[in-house]
Amino acid sequence: MLLPQLSVFVENKTGVLNGVINILANNSINIRGLSLAETKDFGILRLILDKPYKALELLKKNNYTTILNEVIAVEVKDEPGGLAKVLNILAEKGINVEYMYGFLEKNKDNAIIVLRIDDIERAIDILIENNVTLVKRDDLELI
Amino acid sequence: MKYWDIAYETLDREVLKAVQLKRLQELVKYVYGNVPFYNEKMNELNVKPDDIKSLEDITKLPFTEKEDLRKNYPDGLFATSKRDIVRIHASSGTTGKPTVVAYTKEDIDLWQNMMARALYAGGVTAADIFQIAYGYGLFTGGLGFHYGAERIGAIVIPVSGGNTAKQLMLMQDLKTTVLACTPSYAIYLGEEALKRGIDIKNFGIKEGFFGGEPWSENIRKKIEELWDIKAYDHYGLSEIIGPGVAFECSQQNGLHINEDHFYPEIVDSKTLEPVPDGEVGELVITTLTKKGMPLLRYRTKDLTKVISRSCECGRTLVKIHRIMGRADDMLIIRGVNVFPSQIEEALLSVEEVQPHYMIIVDRINSMDVIEVQVEVNENVFSDEIKDLEAFEIKVKNQIENILGISVSVKLVAPNTIERFSGKAKRVIDKRVF
Repeated sequence: MLLPQLSVFVENKTGVLNGVINILANNSINIRGLSLAETKDFGILRLILDKPYKALELLKKNNYTTILNEVIAVEVKDEPGGLAKVLNILAEKGINVEYMYGFLEKNKDNAIIVLRIDDIERAIDILIENNVTLVKRDDLELI
Repeated sequence: MKYWDIAYETLDREVLKAVQLKRLQELVKYVYGNVPFYNEKMNELNVKPDDIKSLEDITKLPFTEKEDLRKNYPDGLFATSKRDIVRIHASSGTTGKPTVVAYTKEDIDLWQNMMARALYAGGVTAADIFQIAYGYGLFTGGLGFHYGAERIGAIVIPVSGGNTAKQLMLMQDLKTTVLACTPSYAIYLGEEALKRGIDIKNFGIKEGFFGGEPWSENIRKKIEELWDIKAYDHYGLSEIIGPGVAFECSQQNGLHINEDHFYPEIVDSKTLEPVPDGEVGELVITTLTKKGMPLLRYRTKDLTKVISRSCECGRTLVKIHRIMGRADDMLIIRGVNVFPSQIEEALLSVEEVQPHYMIIVDRINSMDVIEVQVEVNENVFSDEIKDLEAFEIKVKNQIENILGISVSVKLVAPNTIERFSGKAKRVIDKRVF
């Protein structure tokens, strides 16, 4: 249920983002989903990759501050109200979402939403009880 | 009358030298007997008070450095009993501990007189209304100018630093005629007034005394045009007495040192040998007459050169060039002394931080700003913005607690800050003086 997510510190300067993405491209690492959170001076690039551990090693070797942590992802119906249903379930139980981002999978009718939650174990239990589909590593062909 | 103290300000140089020698001999005897630090230092150098037979013999005496003041914190260099001390001031130190200086009643009286000389030379009289926008408190700026102007009999308005709207309001309502503050604040205040549509040129201010930080002829021109006043340079440092060490006369082409009380030498900051007149070196000052905390050959780390020993104003007090730079890495930010080592210490007290940092100093809208760039490593990094922002604030607070001035902290990627094998260059100063 837990998916590895890489987070990379990117300075708010021209070319920094390209540097990271080029390393991934040159090493045949596929990006399944991503989000970029930014402040005035810096950004955090969060990545769901098919080869997260290899990417971690490569990025560190190239002096990018990179950490790996675990997130969950849920499938929601690709229609109005799909995401609202999931978030309502979590809110009712007092589970706080730190951030989230979504992407579409080409072979599915559902959208995939990555959720960063502090109390991750409890969130998983609640989502399963409420018949929400959690994305597994294999679903995303993560190696 | 254009001199506050005609006897000493225009003294024949030969007589002045005799006065200086007599005072130096008394001083050396005094500190040898009263300050264990100097007693030990002189014994190490095998020099006794009786060895000082001419002014040139001063080179036999030990130097004093800021570090010595720090090591003897808080009262190790006091030369009198604490009963005789009536005032303490302090400047920022390199380790968070301030450098403390002490004044007896006589020292305060001397200070007032030296300040009165300086202000009087710039034309201040009992008819003036003197607004002080230097900071008050442990910093010597505010109180130094305060007592000097009061000694002359001017009306003193002790506004202290900051609060632009109030400064401008009081200036207008109380009909200020003289302004004293840092040069950068004078420009900031002037430009703010223009923005607010306030016609400061018609306020009736005729002159200002600006010091506490290095400035230049360009800045002088700018201040004089902005305010339509005469702008005088001023030099002092708390270790010696505060403001009142050297001042500009109506010629505005160098600063007269009050050398009947503060004996100057200009030395090569590496060899510590005296440099010939006209060559740039480090200003070293001996306080000839102070009682509370007199200093022998204090290394100011300020660079200057002797211009002349005579002046069209009639003073015979030596005239030095405006301060031309620093012999160390000290920065003056909004009038506050800042050493890069203080910032390093603050950073290293935050456990996650590595000692890779860069200090960027700039002047934006006439105000000094300081940005500290810190490398983000994996111990600090998080996938959540709020964690990184909390870290930034933690570092910022730590630095501000030690420096006492506000800074901005910017997180940068690892290995983007240059590594140094020798002496690190950790400061980029973009300001134009």
